Amino acid sequence: MRMSEFKWLWKMAWRDSRRSRSRLLLFTASIVMGIAALVAINSFSDNLRNDIQNQAKNLLGADLVIQANKPYSDSLQQLIDSIGGERARETSFASMVYFPKTQGTRLIQVRALKGGYPFYGKLATEPPEAAATFQQGKNALVDQSLLIQYGVEVGDSVKIGRVTFLIAGKLMQIPGQNAVTSTVAPTVFIPRDYLEATGLVQKGSRINHAFYYKLPKGVDGEKLEEKIEGRLRRESLRSETVEDRKRRISRAFTNMERFLNLVSFVALLLGCVGVASAVHIYVKEKIPAVAVLRCLGARGSQAFFIYLLQISFMGLAGAIAGAALGVFIQRVLPAVLMDFLPFEATVSISWPSVAQGILTGLAIAVLFALLVLLPIRHISPLYTLRASFEHNGHRRDRLVWLMIGLIGLFVYGFAFWQMQRPLEALFFVLGIGAAFLVLAGVARLISWAVRRFFPANASYIWRQSLSNLYRPNNQTLVLMVCIGLGTALITQLFFIQDLLLSQVEMTGTGKQPNMVLFDIQNSQKEELASLTSQYELPLIQQVPIVSMRLASVKGRSRAEILNDTSRTSRRVARWAVNREYRATYRDSLIGSETIVAGKWVGRVQEGDSIFVSLEEEFGRDDLGVDLGDELVFDVQGRLIKTYVGSFRQIDFARFQTNFMVLFPAGVLENAPQFHVLITRTNGTETSAKFQRAVVQQFPNVSVIDLALVLNTIDDVIGKVSFVIRFMALFSIITGLIVLLGSVIISKYQRIQESVLLRTLGASRRQILRINMYEYLILGLLASVTGIILALLGSWATAIYSFEMVFVPKLWPPLLVIFIITGITVLLGMLNSRSIVNKPPLEVLRKEVG
Amino acid sequence: MNPMLNIQQLTKTYQSGTGSLTVLKNVSFQVAQGASLAIVGPSGSGKTTLLGLCAGLDRASAGSVTLNGVKLDELNEDQRAAIRNQYVGFIFQNFQLLPTLTALENVMVPLELRGEKRAKSTAMDLLARVGLAERHHHYPAQLSGGEQQRVSLARAFANSPLILFADEPTGNLDEETSGKVEDLLFELNREAGTTLILVTHDTELAAKTQRIIRLKGGEVVED
Repeated sequence: MRMSEFKWLWKMAWRDSRRSRSRLLLFTASIVMGIAALVAINSFSDNLRNDIQNQAKNLLGADLVIQANKPYSDSLQQLIDSIGGERARETSFASMVYFPKTQGTRLIQVRALKGGYPFYGKLATEPPEAAATFQQGKNALVDQSLLIQYGVEVGDSVKIGRVTFLIAGKLMQIPGQNAVTSTVAPTVFIPRDYLEATGLVQKGSRINHAFYYKLPKGVDGEKLEEKIEGRLRRESLRSETVEDRKRRISRAFTNMERFLNLVSFVALLLGCVGVASAVHIYVKEKIPAVAVLRCLGARGSQAFFIYLLQISFMGLAGAIAGAALGVFIQRVLPAVLMDFLPFEATVSISWPSVAQGILTGLAIAVLFALLVLLPIRHISPLYTLRASFEHNGHRRDRLVWLMIGLIGLFVYGFAFWQMQRPLEALFFVLGIGAAFLVLAGVARLISWAVRRFFPANASYIWRQSLSNLYRPNNQTLVLMVCIGLGTALITQLFFIQDLLLSQVEMTGTGKQPNMVLFDIQNSQKEELASLTSQYELPLIQQVPIVSMRLASVKGRSRAEILNDTSRTSRRVARWAVNREYRATYRDSLIGSETIVAGKWVGRVQEGDSIFVSLEEEFGRDDLGVDLGDELVFDVQGRLIKTYVGSFRQIDFARFQTNFMVLFPAGVLENAPQFHVLITRTNGTETSAKFQRAVVQQFPNVSVIDLALVLNTIDDVIGKVSFVIRFMALFSIITGLIVLLGSVIISKYQRIQESVLLRTLGASRRQILRINMYEYLILGLLASVTGIILALLGSWATAIYSFEMVFVPKLWPPLLVIFIITGITVLLGMLNSRSIVNKPPLEVLRKEVG
Repeated sequence: MNPMLNIQQLTKTYQSGTGSLTVLKNVSFQVAQGASLAIVGPSGSGKTTLLGLCAGLDRASAGSVTLNGVKLDELNEDQRAAIRNQYVGFIFQNFQLLPTLTALENVMVPLELRGEKRAKSTAMDLLARVGLAERHHHYPAQLSGGEQQRVSLARAFANSPLILFADEPTGNLDEETSGKVEDLLFELNREAGTTLILVTHDTELAAKTQRIIRLKGGEVVED
């Protein structure tokens, strides 16, 4: 293309846009929200990466951390002690706390600390000096949410085990911990010097030990870790350096970033559907002008480029506006995501993200626009002589298929770039494609059904409104896709949240257990059972629990398996070999268990072979064992040889103790063990009284109350869904902009008709009603289809992912339908007012001329 | 001397759902350079179809169209567009001005398409010639029907066409305005020595041309 020709194309694009610029802007407004979301998320993530880089030391609080959750050898203790520099030691475990002031009890995470942790960053407390001074006496730092929840303040007391501590400070922020973590397991810090006195550390208790190091200058944490890692791993200890923490946090946030980016991308895709639809109608209006240009000697490609330049320029304007809005929204994101961030996020503009957002938006908008711009090349000049001329035999344009392919590739490319997994990216593209196809299919079905079963006897106004659904240039398809997808996104979110909560709630209904007491010592077993009876609570289950580790699997030692990196041998999941098992023993199965292979032997006599029962998936897939294979367990120093006797399927949805490894009676009776008691309380008052009694008489026993679990899940899901809803908002707003655009475009489509009706004597009221019914039907059908899609999606998620029965609530979808339909009608009506409030000729001159 | 327009055995058939419809049957005629010809006939006789084929706006089902020695049937749509830009001018019943362009810009389009450097001044001269220099910055919607057709005339002569096709050029105008536009059309035609082919119902207008072809049912019934 010659430069002069290019200049002329630009000139024509500019001239032609003059009279329709406001409408063109409206088209591009469709992509603004999608790009804004992309830019905001990417820019925010860029900042986050920098923050992680800069604050990693503060997040770990040390140069090196060594953690153990089981006793280890003296020689290893010597190794730990030999690491130089400054050291802090922490012992942490789950325990009940009791607030004497309000008599509240709750399961929390106790961290008994000695030393200067955190060496980097700080424990943010109120008063600030409490972080430094609490170790000097019988003081505790208590999570701020706990204080609020139980109506306790700094200066009151908290009882942990046998010791009552003064609440010296309110914990505002712990290095590396976010609000969600503290919701699930609120923390109380106590000085380690008083740990013994609490009486909570007993044999069999589940305790974690951590050693925090501030290494001397010149000592490289990474190199040091490399040197000792082998020995640590052999005794199942874990180590973490600043670099490890950076990687771990980065991984977690990359996942979050990818998810949020994909949600943003859906909003952008929705906008592009709007652009394509708007450009399609725009092009239809431009047919006469293109035909004239063709008559005057313009080539098909020249006419095509005039409109391509116009749309690209407007796309660029939309992309830049979107990026600008994204930069603004980025400032809001730290507040939205605050519960998930373990640090304060900085906010600065990331120019690469801005450029990337603009390019992505421009590319995808132009690709979608091209799809409908391509037919311009084939507009015949004959149209100038015959306005009714239509190109006969719509030629199959290969370029249209190429465009569809390119759009598919672009979406796949984006998804792959975010997910880094080819198959999942493909599923994303197929999922989005399927949703679009379903909505488009329903739109076509509606158009067909209205035409096929047209109510010929209905009033004129109804007939007119219904016929608008299938007449040329109708808005049925685009509104169905945009409103439907937006509605589906929001509603499915609600359904899933409700599904999870109702499942937990259901577990607590009827005669199902709703309270679990654990860490019960042998000596406390009978007394606690009688306390339970005193409160007239049923003793649903009393289960002994024995901690153990795997020593060998099928004759291969744990070390051998861990060091085996060959791909040819059947892999055993590392975690399955490394973990500590909490097994039980009994002579019979319980209601939630079913034997699916082998035979369950409930009791063994001395000298007999021991046949254990494994949870099927864990046994076969994670441990890689079959029936008859040998497993040797290390039960706190004593090796017990067993064989896989059977595989069980377990219904994990029940609120009770379930075990991967089940021993028969007659083996573990004398092993160190603790017990779990399962009961059911009726009403919160009995529950609170019973918990108080348990905590006061048996301070080491922990209680999990279903009501607390429910609240915690509700709280966490609430936090997650707030973020998802915030992101879904972009799709909704995009949907509304597309809706607004469609309604305004349809005004141009319908204007001549409305004016004609006015001229023929139709009243203002009649025309308004025709428009109102049309938008009412469209809004209603789009939102109902979206809800049906969400119901299908939620049903599939419930059945296949959660294995639950899905019974949706009725009122939220009805409310969504009401709101969406209401907005659609409102926008449509506002738009029609300008037609009906003015004389017909004035409207024609203004809008059409 | 070669004729400016040579039509041989021209037939146009449209395929419809149930069968085919022949709107032009074996039409043949020649038009010499600088001559004027009117195609007349009742509605549906094939006048506009014939005009479209002569101007290379459509393809014939059979027969050939040769314009200034170039066989249009052998060209693709873009090549025919180039021929139109080089040799052909158009005037339409409904003016067909681009609504988003001013009067001046409308006249400039054919010149700009040819890459003319002095497009603006040439277009201004032409607008002055049709008496609309003062209205050059107005959009079509701001002009009367007669004024729009005068802009259309200026645009038609902008690329100094060898042949001018006019489809009912006064069909949308009142009698007085029609007279003015007709006078201007013939005057410009004479000055430029352009071949003129016009389609009309108007017998008075047809009578102003050198030759009349009468169509009926897609066939030439009188020449």
